[in-house]
Amino acid sequence: MAAPSSCGPALSLRVVAECGLSKARACELRLPHGPVPSPVFMPVGTQGTMKGITARQLEALGCRICLGNTYHLGMRPGPELIKQANGLHGFMNWPQSLLTDSGGFQMVSLVELSEVTEEGVRFRSPYDGEEILLTPEKSIEIQNALGSDIMMQLDDVVSSTVRGPRVEEAMYRSIRWLDRCIAANSKPDQQNLFAIVQGGLDPALRTKCLEEMTQRDVPGFAIGGLSGGEAKDRFWRMVTLSTDRLPRGKPRYLMGVGYATDLVVCVALGCDMFDCVFPTRTARFGSALVPWGSLPVKNKQFAKDFRPIDENCDCPTCRRYSRAFLHALFRSETAAMHLLTVHNIAYQLNLMRSIRESIVEQRFPQFVRDFMRTMYGSRERYPPWAMEALASVNITLE
Amino acid sequence: MTCRVLIGPGKRAAYVREAAGASQDLHAACQLTSMKLSLSKVVSGCRLGTLTNLGKNGVQTMELPGCLLYTKTGSPPHLTHDTLQAIKGVPAVVQLTLSTLVELHEVLEEYKEGIGKFIGMPESVLYCSLHDPGSPCPSGYNNNKTVSIWGYGGRMEMTGSKFMSMQRALQPDWIQCLSDGDTISGETSRKRAKKSVDRSLSFLDECLQLQEKSPELQGSVMVGVIEGGDMLEERLRSARETAKRPVGGFLLDGFQGQAMAKETKLKLMASVTAELPEDKPRLIHGIGKPDEVLECIERGVDVFESFYPYQVTERGCALSFSYDYNPDPEAAVIKQNGIQDAGKNGTEKDINETSKADPEITSFEIF
Repeated sequence: MAAPSSCGPALSLRVVAECGLSKARACELRLPHGPVPSPVFMPVGTQGTMKGITARQLEALGCRICLGNTYHLGMRPGPELIKQANGLHGFMNWPQSLLTDSGGFQMVSLVELSEVTEEGVRFRSPYDGEEILLTPEKSIEIQNALGSDIMMQLDDVVSSTVRGPRVEEAMYRSIRWLDRCIAANSKPDQQNLFAIVQGGLDPALRTKCLEEMTQRDVPGFAIGGLSGGEAKDRFWRMVTLSTDRLPRGKPRYLMGVGYATDLVVCVALGCDMFDCVFPTRTARFGSALVPWGSLPVKNKQFAKDFRPIDENCDCPTCRRYSRAFLHALFRSETAAMHLLTVHNIAYQLNLMRSIRESIVEQRFPQFVRDFMRTMYGSRERYPPWAMEALASVNITLE
Repeated sequence: MTCRVLIGPGKRAAYVREAAGASQDLHAACQLTSMKLSLSKVVSGCRLGTLTNLGKNGVQTMELPGCLLYTKTGSPPHLTHDTLQAIKGVPAVVQLTLSTLVELHEVLEEYKEGIGKFIGMPESVLYCSLHDPGSPCPSGYNNNKTVSIWGYGGRMEMTGSKFMSMQRALQPDWIQCLSDGDTISGETSRKRAKKSVDRSLSFLDECLQLQEKSPELQGSVMVGVIEGGDMLEERLRSARETAKRPVGGFLLDGFQGQAMAKETKLKLMASVTAELPEDKPRLIHGIGKPDEVLECIERGVDVFESFYPYQVTERGCALSFSYDYNPDPEAAVIKQNGIQDAGKNGTEKDINETSKADPEITSFEIF
């Protein structure tokens, strides 16, 4: 077990255990708001709240870090008000760690007419119709006001399905914007600025980006520009290429990854941190996550199913409520979504906990084999990309 | 005349008849050994007391005056068991409504273990009322044999036997008897008021008989429903006749909505409760605002619904009031620290927002 290494004035990382075979590792991050064991899944609480559950419930489930969204919070209620409320922690009454993203992704995903220039991203706010220019400086200014433990640089986000010179342009611009973000950070002693590695699905571009960004003095790195609908077998190759070139002693945050299989594989490939709206969003659509897939409880087939979602799940929802009740409730009551949200978050956190335990206990490869069998049933059903990815780090499935 | 109480293995009490006798007396005796009302004080018509021996285990209690926990489809709106735990003073008795549960009849029949366990509240005392207070029923759909319940899937006609079949599947602790309360939309004729009383008494007798034959409902308490619209004569008749039956409590129905003049409402309430026995709780539906609750307490009502906080929530308001209630209506002073304060201290933008807000906003809430 290594001693903690300082990644920056506000972050240290200790490698607690490494899988001998794959690139998986179990670490402990120390952030201003407390320790965070990794691998870690970070639920997304976009507008300063995890939709449908309270901060206390989230903490009780074992969550030690979650996401807030700079774009949404920057628009409403705005950084000034949040500053007065003692930052996003005070505003949300969340005592654990927070990560804010830069707002870059929303600009592309939510806003139809956005224009990217060297200056920043210009777009029309859907909240009040005003024209906004989000620059690296502005993004960092907002995130400084929010007071998150980890801030993300503003990157030039390009969809992973885009090809051609735009990808290269975005990669280089992201490096320049990283430097501007570093310069703009007014609280480097309290807030950690992470770089976001871009380069699309092009190994050469990604390698170049990694070379450059690892030369900057940042406490952590995110792997961005993936998990946007690209082919899985290109996706995992970019992930592993990135982790190969990122420093061992700093956390690796793979953005936008949240499906169970993806989490397990990407841990094997060396990633530490993950975020995704999927578990919470799918809950609001009536789907419960289970080790063998998902249960669409709002479907008729569950009307008389009196079992809990998962007999082996210890979450507040599974301890008290049946599939049949959730089914009946879902038709008309928001409480059903909240109950499913609690379960799905518990599922994700429990998955990460199991992963971590298996790494610490030196049995991660077996964990992966058991996981895949439970999830897919038989070898014929295993996704080929996952098998390849795992094989690339010496984990063979039976 | 005694009732021997048998406690089954880990399950609820089952009552066994030891000797033959007037089933009415026996019934009343059985119920009196379950729920008990102890009055500690009566001041200016206001009753202070405790209901004991409540629930399946007979160990729950409820302070009077008190209120019920409002639920829809068996859940307090927007809340889960965990978030409910974070609230102090959650009522001991949960109000279920048949209208939000009626579609679960088949499911519950297959489930067999009762609605309490199904909704994740196995320890709570459950009161099943007919209609959801938030959604008033359309008028004109009841007849001598049936009462219409408005579920999520639309209108369902309930006969006495269908109603009791549903109750057997639900197994609540308190049951609002099937009743005709369709007297609240506009002017009610004397004829219509009389019908509401006659029908409700007929349903009561039918349902009590059916209850006797239902082992699942031996521990349940039937709440007799007092109807009669705004006709004093009919109200008195309903109260007296209902009180003759072996009910465990009384519901003052038909006081919802705005159709009845306030003075009439309050007078009728007082007249009705004067006819009722002291040792059984008096429930009322449709009353939620603090000032109205207090007025009803003064007239002998014990138990209220709590859908009012839900209504306030749905219009985006928070309850906020400090309240001096003077029983003398002419000298009553209400401190409005809600909307008026917001208007004074807010910016012009705030004032405009407030005035655009829901016209239903009361003086007890802030927007």
